[in-house]
Amino acid sequence: MAQASISQKSSLAARRPGARFAWIGQGFLLLLALGVVYILVTSFLKDPMLFAQVVLSGLQLGFVYALIALGYTMVYGIVRLINFAHGDVFMVGAFVSYYAVARFQLHLWPQLVLKGLSPGAAVVIGSVTVMLLSMLVCMALAVVIERVAYKPLRDAPRIAALITAIGVSFFLEYYGALNFVFSPRFIPYQRPFEVVTFYVNNGIHQLQPGQAPPSGSLLFSNIFLIIMVASIGMQVVLQYLVRRTKIGKAMRASSVDKATARLMGINVDGIISFTFALGAAFAGLGGVLYAIAYPSINTLMGVLPGLKAFVAAVLGGIGSIPGAFVGALIMGQAEALTMGYISTPMRDAVAFTILILVLLVRPRGIFGEPEQEKA
Amino acid sequence: MLLEVKDLNVYYGAIHALQGISFDLEEGEIVTLIGANGAGKSTTLKTISGLLRPRTGTVRLRGEDLTSMPAQNIVKRGMVHVPEGRKIFAPLTVQENLEMGAYTRKDKAEIEGNMARAFKSFPRLKERMNQLGGTLSGGEQQMLAIGRGLMAQPKVLLLDEPSMGLAPILVEEIFAIIKAINAEGVSVLLVEQNALMALSIAHRGYVLETGTIMLSGTGQELLENPRVQSAYLGH
Ligand SMILES: Nc1ncnc2c1ncn2[C@@H]1O[C@H](COP(=O)(O)OP(=O)(O)O)[C@@H](O)[C@H]1O
Ligand SMILES: [Mg+2]
Repeated sequence: MAQASISQKSSLAARRPGARFAWIGQGFLLLLALGVVYILVTSFLKDPMLFAQVVLSGLQLGFVYALIALGYTMVYGIVRLINFAHGDVFMVGAFVSYYAVARFQLHLWPQLVLKGLSPGAAVVIGSVTVMLLSMLVCMALAVVIERVAYKPLRDAPRIAALITAIGVSFFLEYYGALNFVFSPRFIPYQRPFEVVTFYVNNGIHQLQPGQAPPSGSLLFSNIFLIIMVASIGMQVVLQYLVRRTKIGKAMRASSVDKATARLMGINVDGIISFTFALGAAFAGLGGVLYAIAYPSINTLMGVLPGLKAFVAAVLGGIGSIPGAFVGALIMGQAEALTMGYISTPMRDAVAFTILILVLLVRPRGIFGEPEQEKA
Repeated sequence: MLLEVKDLNVYYGAIHALQGISFDLEEGEIVTLIGANGAGKSTTLKTISGLLRPRTGTVRLRGEDLTSMPAQNIVKRGMVHVPEGRKIFAPLTVQENLEMGAYTRKDKAEIEGNMARAFKSFPRLKERMNQLGGTLSGGEQQMLAIGRGLMAQPKVLLLDEPSMGLAPILVEEIFAIIKAINAEGVSVLLVEQNALMALSIAHRGYVLETGTIMLSGTGQELLENPRVQSAYLGH
């Protein structure tokens, strides 16, 4: 009798270690969820306009994180590597645009070269040029990083490449911080175009410089709109690329089975380079937009957005492109709501709390498939 | 000589998997490589198709040395390897799998023609065109694997155990398909454990044992060879 009950207990434990205490964890999660819902509901009821303002600022962060998270998830999808240097590529994107604008006035070229252009068109073309330059430099950088640091380790244990990625990240951050590179200081960022703020109050109006918005109005800027359009646009471009184009299908095939992809005649090394370049282009664009929105840059500026985008990719299900997007929007909201209603210094801590919760509750993330380790 | 394999030595670390293998394939032939599990059949095909590098030895296709050529360029030369275990891209649709087979082809109209031909030879694939590759049955996956290989319009087809794990009726079907492909002018190097079926459709065959070729001859000769009969035909 006693024998039987012992063996039953141990078989339960074997099925799920610690299952006896699972209710404590579940109860804790439930309380946490209830607490969050309570704070959100009461905050919304107290001042719906303020709540909308907070959500808007969360969207702005989320759209930037989405641009970074796409690179994490694509690279993971194809080489099963968390590319921790990705946040630093984002930083390089911001710095390239800084030099292009502040040192070389690249954003002004249309006014000088293309006569008879309307001033508005000149600003758009000039700013887009700066963004494209940043994207191109980031693409080249990522391709070099992959070739030099990751490719030689492709058949090594995964931990070797992961540690190398952390090394590359430190390399970019601290060589970037040298005085003759980017310098260790926080540098005021010069934008390629002016920020225009709008307020919503019986229609949409432009806020004039020095004007205080009427109380109870919702504020947003042209930068918010640009970030939203860029982020959603890149998501659409990427979906189209991966689903419909030959190279996108080759990316998916290579991510499933590299040897068989090569038997199809696919140059898998080329596809991997392309994937790194694509992710870096999005991160570079994100870096420029982030610097325009939050105009102070530093060689460590990519660390936290990079880590948050990584959490976003894990939350969405690493390897999943829509997952990265959804995860990033959630991360943006979590951060903005924390800043707005709990405390500003908690904004970063909340990201890592989410990471821990995801790993505990659903390690494969929202859209992720259960990982099948290769035999 | 269409395909000439000379004195291949291939290692996995310290394991000497192929110990000096030589054989050839003439234009229009079906040549089979038979042997027990672990004899080195798949290693031979992987070396020919460029997935593995031999330590010594050469692989020549129409006289051109392929020994250090990347796998993707070998496909462009007209030699396609259909790997053991089908290796269908599970999250890609049937149609996308076929498109990947045509990766090296540039001419859109020609690709569409080949796709139509694949669907004609394998009507079951047409019905499942938009289904994910991973949802097909074993037999359907094998047809897709062969159809995908043919999308590159190969002159030489390397087939690794196409009958593996299939019901007898499907095995018959697969071998009939191989004969039909060969009749259209594609030379076939067929690796099989099903020695009886393979030798009965092959012009010539080689018997592989632990990384060396023990016997060779026409299909008929090998079928009648007492050693082959006792070791591979269960007589
Ligand atoms: N990736 C590998 N690493 C180490 N040894 C291998 C590997 N693949 C095959 N082998 C060994 O090489 C030999 C030949 O294998 P293989 O070519 O797959 O045989 P077959 O296809 O005839 O069954 C076997 O002894 C096998 O264990
Ligand atoms: Mg084999």
